[in-house]
Amino acid sequence: MATTTIAKILSWFFLLNIVLQLATTSFAFQSDELLVDDDEFGLEGGRLPDPPPETRPVTSARRRSAESGSDLDSKIQFQLEHAFGDSDFSPAGTFTARLKTWPNGGQTLTKLRFSRNALSQTDKENFKRLIEGDDFYQIRLPSNLLNQPGREHVISSVKARCLSQRDALDEHFVINMDGVNVLGVNYGAPGSCQYPRVSRPPTKWSFNSHTLLKYSNEVLRTPVFTEAVLGENGEGEELKPPERSFWAKYWMYLIPLGLIVMNAMTQAMNMPEEQGAGQPGSQGPQAISGRGQAPAVRRRN
Amino acid sequence: MNMAIRVYLLLFLALSYSYTAFSLYEDQVGLMDWHQQYIGKVKHAVFHTQKAARKRVVVSTEENVVSSLDLRHGEIFWRHVLAPSDVIDQIDIALGKYVITLSSGGSILRAWNLPDGQMVWESTLPGPKASKPLLLVPVNFKIDRESVMFVHGNGFIHAISSINGEVIWKTELASEGINIQQLIYTDGSDTISAVGFVGTHRFGAYILHVKNGELLNYKSMEFPSGFSGDLSLVTDDTAVAIDSIGTSLVTIQFHDGLFSFHQTRLSDLIQDFQRAAVISQSNIPGAFILGTANSITLIKVLSRGELKVVEELGHATAVSDALFLPGGQQAFALVQHRDGKILLTVKLDSDDGLSNLLEETIHLDNQRGKVQKVFINTYVRVDRSNGFRVLIVMEDDSLFLLQQGEIVWSREDGLASIVDVKPAELPVEKDGVSVAKVENNLFEWLKGHLLKLKGTLMIATPDDVAAIQKMRLQSSGKSKMTQDRNGFRKLLIVLTRAGKLFALHTGDGRIVWSRLLMTLRKSETCQSPRGISLHQWQDPHHHALNQNPSVLIVGRCGDSLGSTGVLSIVDSYTGEERNRMEHVHSIAHIIPLSFTDSAEQRLHLLLDANRRAHLYPRTAEALDIFQRELGNIYWYSAETDEGILRGRSVQKNCVLEEADNFCFDSRDLWSIVFPSESEKIAATATRSLNEVVHTQAKVTAEQEVMYKYVSKNMLFLATVTPKAVGPIGSVTVDESSLIAYLIDTVTGRILHRVTHHGSVGPVHAVFSENWVVYHYFNLRAHRYEMSVIEIYDQARAENKDVLKLVLGTHNLTSPITAYSRPEVSTKSQSYFFAHSLKAMAVTLTAKGITSKQVLLGTIGDQVLALDKRFLDPRRTVNPTQAEKEEGIIPLTDSLPIIPQSYVTHALKVEGLRGIVTVPAKLESTTLVFTYGADLFFTQLAPSKTYDSLTEDFSYALLLITIGALVIAIFVTWVWSEKKELQEKWR
Repeated sequence: MATTTIAKILSWFFLLNIVLQLATTSFAFQSDELLVDDDEFGLEGGRLPDPPPETRPVTSARRRSAESGSDLDSKIQFQLEHAFGDSDFSPAGTFTARLKTWPNGGQTLTKLRFSRNALSQTDKENFKRLIEGDDFYQIRLPSNLLNQPGREHVISSVKARCLSQRDALDEHFVINMDGVNVLGVNYGAPGSCQYPRVSRPPTKWSFNSHTLLKYSNEVLRTPVFTEAVLGENGEGEELKPPERSFWAKYWMYLIPLGLIVMNAMTQAMNMPEEQGAGQPGSQGPQAISGRGQAPAVRRRN
Repeated sequence: MNMAIRVYLLLFLALSYSYTAFSLYEDQVGLMDWHQQYIGKVKHAVFHTQKAARKRVVVSTEENVVSSLDLRHGEIFWRHVLAPSDVIDQIDIALGKYVITLSSGGSILRAWNLPDGQMVWESTLPGPKASKPLLLVPVNFKIDRESVMFVHGNGFIHAISSINGEVIWKTELASEGINIQQLIYTDGSDTISAVGFVGTHRFGAYILHVKNGELLNYKSMEFPSGFSGDLSLVTDDTAVAIDSIGTSLVTIQFHDGLFSFHQTRLSDLIQDFQRAAVISQSNIPGAFILGTANSITLIKVLSRGELKVVEELGHATAVSDALFLPGGQQAFALVQHRDGKILLTVKLDSDDGLSNLLEETIHLDNQRGKVQKVFINTYVRVDRSNGFRVLIVMEDDSLFLLQQGEIVWSREDGLASIVDVKPAELPVEKDGVSVAKVENNLFEWLKGHLLKLKGTLMIATPDDVAAIQKMRLQSSGKSKMTQDRNGFRKLLIVLTRAGKLFALHTGDGRIVWSRLLMTLRKSETCQSPRGISLHQWQDPHHHALNQNPSVLIVGRCGDSLGSTGVLSIVDSYTGEERNRMEHVHSIAHIIPLSFTDSAEQRLHLLLDANRRAHLYPRTAEALDIFQRELGNIYWYSAETDEGILRGRSVQKNCVLEEADNFCFDSRDLWSIVFPSESEKIAATATRSLNEVVHTQAKVTAEQEVMYKYVSKNMLFLATVTPKAVGPIGSVTVDESSLIAYLIDTVTGRILHRVTHHGSVGPVHAVFSENWVVYHYFNLRAHRYEMSVIEIYDQARAENKDVLKLVLGTHNLTSPITAYSRPEVSTKSQSYFFAHSLKAMAVTLTAKGITSKQVLLGTIGDQVLALDKRFLDPRRTVNPTQAEKEEGIIPLTDSLPIIPQSYVTHALKVEGLRGIVTVPAKLESTTLVFTYGADLFFTQLAPSKTYDSLTEDFSYALLLITIGALVIAIFVTWVWSEKKELQEKWR
C-alpha cells in the first residue's frame, strides 16, 4: 500500500516535472500565441485587477513569479491618445499589461487590459462634427513600451461613422507587436463598416472596446523526406502525363478506321449474295487490309 | 476506292503531325524575339590600327563595359561587362596585343587579349587608402627584358609586368599625405616622378628609380595662393593648375628637384573673364585647353612658365588629345556646332604655329545634342599623306565614327542605360490603306506557303530552307506600323539616362523615332538633370480617338529629392513634345490616378518633398473630377532611412504665398514604425496597376471554393536585420532574420507578418493577384530561397452553398470597404532555388485567364520562366489523385531549373537591370522586354498558344488537303458509277 502511494506521489512528481519542463521549454513556440482578452475586460469601467495609480506609464512591481522561477513579470502601462480630424492628440485611455520575459531574452505582453477615459463634452461635440463631415477619428500609441514613446507614435485612423453604427461606440484594436515594440495598430469597428453610409451620432457615449495583441508567426518549412522519390531532375515524374487508355490515345485513328471498316462492310454487303453469304466473319479482315480486298473484288469482276 | 482511302489516311496522318510544334526550335530563334547589343556611353577610347589586319578601337564605357569595336562597321568584336562596383578608371593597350584595364579605384588591373577578349591575367593591388587611380604604359621600357607598366592607386605605385601581371616592385607614396595627380616617365630616363598636391597649398614630387622603385628624392614646396581642382600636365616638367580662389593660373615647373611657380591672372589672358574656369583633360603637349562659361581657349606654355593664348575656339566645343604625327608634329581634333551641323577641324601644331589640317562639315540629325568627347586617330592615305578619323560621343550617348567628312558608322549606345519603359499602342489600320499593298500579292503568298509546305513535308532543298527562314524572319506583317489583331505589334517607349526618348517597334526592335528632351538637357538652371520615370499620360480608346496617345516624362534637376522637377509630354506616335514644364515643385513620387478627363488624359498626383500633392493636368475639369474623389485617394510612403511606413491622404488646398488650386496638403492617416534595432526595409512590392484578375474564386480538387483576397491596396514589404544589409558574412545566422509583411495601404492594417529566421537580403519580390513571391538568401541552409504567400478571403468562404446562391442570401455582391476588418487566411511555402537574382517579374495577360509564370533575371544575365505551379503553397509530398488532377506538383525541397525554360534561350542580356511584361491582345500571350546593357524582346505563352494557330501554320497544306479530298470524292464517285454500270451490265 505504502509503495503504491509512493509510486503515486512519484508519478505525480514526474508529471509535475514534465509539465514544468514543458512550460519552460516550449517558450520558443509560444511567442506566436494570440492573446485574446475577454471582451468584458476591455469594457469601459470593466473590472481592473490593478487600477493604475498614475497616468504616465512606468514599469513597476517587478517580482519573481514563484511558479516557474525563471521568468520576470512586470506590469506595464501605456496611453492611448486620440485626435478628431486635424486636432491635436489628447489622452483617451490607458492600456495595462503584464510584460513577460522569457528565459531566451524575448519579452512579450500578456493580459492586456484597457480602460477608456470618459469622453468630455468637447470630445462629444468634436465626434459629432466628425460624423457630419465624414472625417477621420485618429488614435495613436507609443512605438516602444519600455522606452516611451519610442521613436515615433504609431498612428491609425478610421472614419468616425464606422465606430458609431449601433447605439454605443464600438471599437476594435489589433496591436501588432514585436517584443516590446508596437509595430502598428489596426483600429476600427469590430465588424464591417456599413455601406451605404449612415452618419448618425451615437446615443450612448461610451466605448465598447475590444483589444487583441498580435505577434508574428514564424515560417515553418514542410520537411521533404522523400528526396529519393524525386530523382535527380527535381521535377520527377509528376510532369509526365498519366498513362491514358488506348482509346484516349488513338481515337483519332480509330474513328476513321472504324468508318473505313463500316464503309467496306456495307460495300461487301452490297456484293452479290453468293460471295459473302457463307462466311460473313471473314469479310472484316479482308476489308481492313485494303490490299487483300482489292484482288478479291477484282477476282469477282 | 482503296486508293482514296490510302490518300485519305496519308493526308490525315500528315495533318495530325503538323500541329505539334509548341516549344522553341532552333530555326524559330529570331522569329518573335530580337536581341540588341550596346555598350553605353564611351569614356575612353584607344585605337589599334597600326599593323593590324582588323582595325579596331577599344573603348570603356560608363556602363562598365570594355569592348573592342570594328573600326569599319562599328560592330562589337568582343565585350565584357564588369560588375557595377568595379568601375573602370583607365584603359590602354600594352605590347600591342593586350588591353589593360584599371578598375575599382586602382585596385584591379586586368589584361585582355586584344583579338578575342580573353582575360590574360588579373592583379589585385590593395592599399590602405583611396587615391587617384593612374595608369602609365610606357612604349619602350623594359626591366630585365620584360615590358613594364606603372600603376598608381590606393597610395602605392606599382611596376607591373605586362606579360603576366606580376608586381615587380611597389613603393608607398602616401606617407607624406600627398595626393598624387600625375605620373611622369620620359622615355629612356632612369627615374619616374609622381607629382601631386599636399593639402591645398603645397606641391610635392617624388622621384623613384624605375628599376627597383627606390625612393630617390622627395621635395615639396608651398604655394601661398593654394590650388584647386586637378593638376594638368603640359610637358614632362611643367604642369598647370588653377589657384584656390579660381582667378589665376599657376604654372609649375619642376626641373632636377627645383620647383618654380608662375602665376598668371586669368583676366589678363581672357578678355571678359568672369568666373569658373576649368582646365580640360585633353592632353596636348606644350599647351592646354581652358574652358570658361562661354568659350574655350587653347593656351601655350612658354619656356619660363609664361602663358600665351594661341586661339580662342568658341563655344560648345570638344577637343581631343594630341596625336603625334611622323616628323615631330602633333595634331588634335576639335568639334564645333554650327547651324545644326557639326564642324570638325583637325589642327596641326608645329613649331611655326597652329594651322588647320582638315576642315569638314558633317550633317547629323538634330536629336543628338552636343558633342561630348572626341578621339582622334590617323591613317595613311593612298597618296601617303595623313588622313584622320575621329570618334565622337554625343550628348545622347551615341557614338559616331567620322572619316572623310562622312559618318562611317553610328551606334545608339544610349539604349544601354534605360531608365524606364512604357508600352504604347500603334495606330489602328486606316480604311484607306489597302491590305494588298502591304501584304504581297496572292501569288507570292501562295508561293510562300508552298515553300512552307515543302519544308513541312521535308522535301525542301537547302536553298528552299534558307528561303523559308529568310521569309519567316522578314515576314512583312510583324514590322508594320499599325495595330494587329493579336496585339503583338506595339511601341516600346524607353527613356535613357541621357534624357533621350526612343520608340522601339516590338516587331523587329528598330527605332521608330527618338527625341532628346529639352527638359532633360543640361542647362544653366538645371545642372544635372535626371529622368525618373515615364507614365501613360493619354491613351485614347473610347472617345477622343482622333488624338494620339502620349506619355509623361518626369525628371528632376539634381540628385536630391528636394531639387526642382521637370515635366514633358511627348506624343507616342510622332515623338513630338506637346508640352513641357520646367522648374516645377520638387517631385518625390508620382501617382497615376484611375480617373481620366474628357480628352482621356489621365490624372496624376505628384507628391513633392514637403508632402504636398500637386494635381496634373492643370485644368478645371481635372480639378473638378479630383474634388469629387478627394475622399477616396490614399497613398503610402516607405521611408527606408527612418524605417517608417506612412499612409496619407489628401486634405485641402495648400496654404502658399500664391494661391494654387492644384496643390493639396496631405496628412498622416496611419503609420507603422519598424523597430530600428531589428528591422530595416529591404524591399516592397505591389500589384501592377493594369493587372486583370479573371476570377476571384479558385476551385480546389475537393470541389471546395477558395476566394482570393484580391485587393489593389495590398503592399508586400520585407525587412531585414539592419546589420544584414551589408554583404553576406556581415551577420551571423542567429542574429539575422527577414520579416515579410502584407499590409493594407488604405488603413495600415498588417494582414500578415511572418519571420524567416536566419535569412538575409537582397530581397526581390513580385506581387500578383493574391500571391506574392519573394527571393532571399537563407544563411542557415547556405542557399537562396523563394517563398510564396497566398492570401484568401475568409469572409466569402461561406458562399459555397448553392442554395444560398440561388436564394440570393450570399454576400458576393455586398460592397467591400477597406474600413471593415478583413478576415483573411494565408498559405505559404518556401523552396530552395539555385540562382541569385538581378530582377523579377511576372507575366501579364489581357484577361488574366492564362496561368502565370514568374520571370527571373538570373545572375548569369538570362531570364528564366518559372511556372507559378511550382510555387504553389498547397504542394504536398504525396498529393492525392484529385490534387494531381488539379495540377498540384508533389512537394520538393527546391525549385527545378529546366534548361528549356530559359526565355532568352542561348542569348545573354548583359548587365540585366529590369524585366517588363506587357499583355498582348491575344489572351495566351504576353510580351516580355528585358533591358540592361543589351535589349531583348520576346513573346511568351505560359500555357502555350491555346487560342491561336502557330504563326507558321501551313494554310497551303490545309487547302491542298481539302482540294485533294474533293478530288478524291469525285474520283471515287466516278469509280463507283463505273462499277455500278458494270454490275448492271453483267
